[in-house]
Amino acid sequence: MDYKLSGYKRTDGTVGIRNHVLILPTIVCATQAAMNVTKLVDGTVSVVHQHGCAQVGVDYEQTFRTYVGMGLNPNVYGVVVMGLGCETHQGRSVADEIAKRTDKPVELVSIQDHSGTLQATAEAAKIATRIVQDASMIEREPIRFSDLIVGTECGGSDACSGLSANPAVGYVSDRIAQSGGTSILAETTELIGAEHLLAERAKDDHVAKRVYEVIEAMENRAFSMGVDIRTGNPSPGNRKGGLTTLEEKSLGAAAKAGSSRLNELVSYAERPSEKGLVWMDTPGHDIEQLTGMTAGGAQLVLFTSGRGTPTGSPIAPVIKISTNSSMFETMNDNMDVNTGTIIEGKETIEEAGERLMQEIATVASGKRTKAEIFKQHDFGIWRIGPTF
Amino acid sequence: MRTHVIMRPIDNVATAITTLNVSDKVAIDGFDDVTILTVDGIEFGHKFAIVEITEGTDIIKYGEIIGVASCDIQAGEHVHVHNVDGKRGRGDVNDGLQTKRIQKN
Repeated sequence: MDYKLSGYKRTDGTVGIRNHVLILPTIVCATQAAMNVTKLVDGTVSVVHQHGCAQVGVDYEQTFRTYVGMGLNPNVYGVVVMGLGCETHQGRSVADEIAKRTDKPVELVSIQDHSGTLQATAEAAKIATRIVQDASMIEREPIRFSDLIVGTECGGSDACSGLSANPAVGYVSDRIAQSGGTSILAETTELIGAEHLLAERAKDDHVAKRVYEVIEAMENRAFSMGVDIRTGNPSPGNRKGGLTTLEEKSLGAAAKAGSSRLNELVSYAERPSEKGLVWMDTPGHDIEQLTGMTAGGAQLVLFTSGRGTPTGSPIAPVIKISTNSSMFETMNDNMDVNTGTIIEGKETIEEAGERLMQEIATVASGKRTKAEIFKQHDFGIWRIGPTF
Repeated sequence: MRTHVIMRPIDNVATAITTLNVSDKVAIDGFDDVTILTVDGIEFGHKFAIVEITEGTDIIKYGEIIGVASCDIQAGEHVHVHNVDGKRGRGDVNDGLQTKRIQKN
């Protein structure tokens, strides 16, 4: 079946399905000023976080990659980076890296260079106003599934996740891969116990080896804590929903990957270089995973849930898919699509999957998701080192 | 109306897709009927044993290992955290063997 999609063609060859101006604070100290700008200037989005200073080594690099990736995401038309001035993650380095890799508008405003919050806010708002007006002149054009990087995610899972919504997303993941697009599988924690099934599908030995490496590193983090990982995952809600062990949750989570060949394994917030199915090494934490995938270039995210969740991204539409019909009713404020029909025998996995393809096409073309309407601008960086 | 699903023929548990009450009889393809034994019943989404599972036996769902029985489980009993241990990410009992096992695969 053919679907019609539209989006914004960027000069670097990527395609956005939203046209945001991102006010990007690279340090916690600038988050309030950045939020001020979003209140003044329609068409801007921002994030609140607690990072950007006193970070070193691989942890510094991962946070840097996340900031840059958010700015590079094709859904972002232009960026105003906001810094303080004295911090570790210099706003200048982030702005320069974004400017080096795209020709989108990127500007920097530092609070200490502008004599404090009020003048910095005014300066950033002035710049943002100009960029928003330019962004508003861009028109949508027809695009294809092959232009998309679709992130997949499950959160607040129940025992139905592996029976309905995740297999339906797996069907979509295969369809996207066949169409020449990219589908990201993530949440390494929640693939512990299912890694052998994915390694078997790896493109080559290198990718298969990487699968076992990231799983081992994640499991070793649990070992180093000296506790059963089940004390934190599956969560109390997962357990109430019938999930007993992490392995059970993982086998259900892996269904999101469909049956395609695994072409690449990328680091957190790294942009895939391959098309088709790609695994991104992220934790199971919903928001940190979502942030990693969008920083890796995902323009749209499919999020399955059995318990229901408000999760959304500042820059990418998140389509939330319920695994069971009763939650779709009770949490309807937050859920976009129901696949409980599969469990009830009213629809096959393929039929629900095609319905999801249609929803992707519609949302890509401008239909707003519940999370977008509620301005659910979640953002969380996976920190892999201590704060100093 | 289906009452449960069994993902693979080698599974030893089924997932309830409706709430099952104690004494309910459930027909299982290829096995004897199972009578629900758990007094509080089996909630939607929860698992029950479709055969007897002795302590130390792997719990199989999706045709894969999802954990190990921490005590003997009768057919028709609720299978959950009270009678199943996870085998992965066990920092509380880890002796390093689990990591080595992964590397060998």
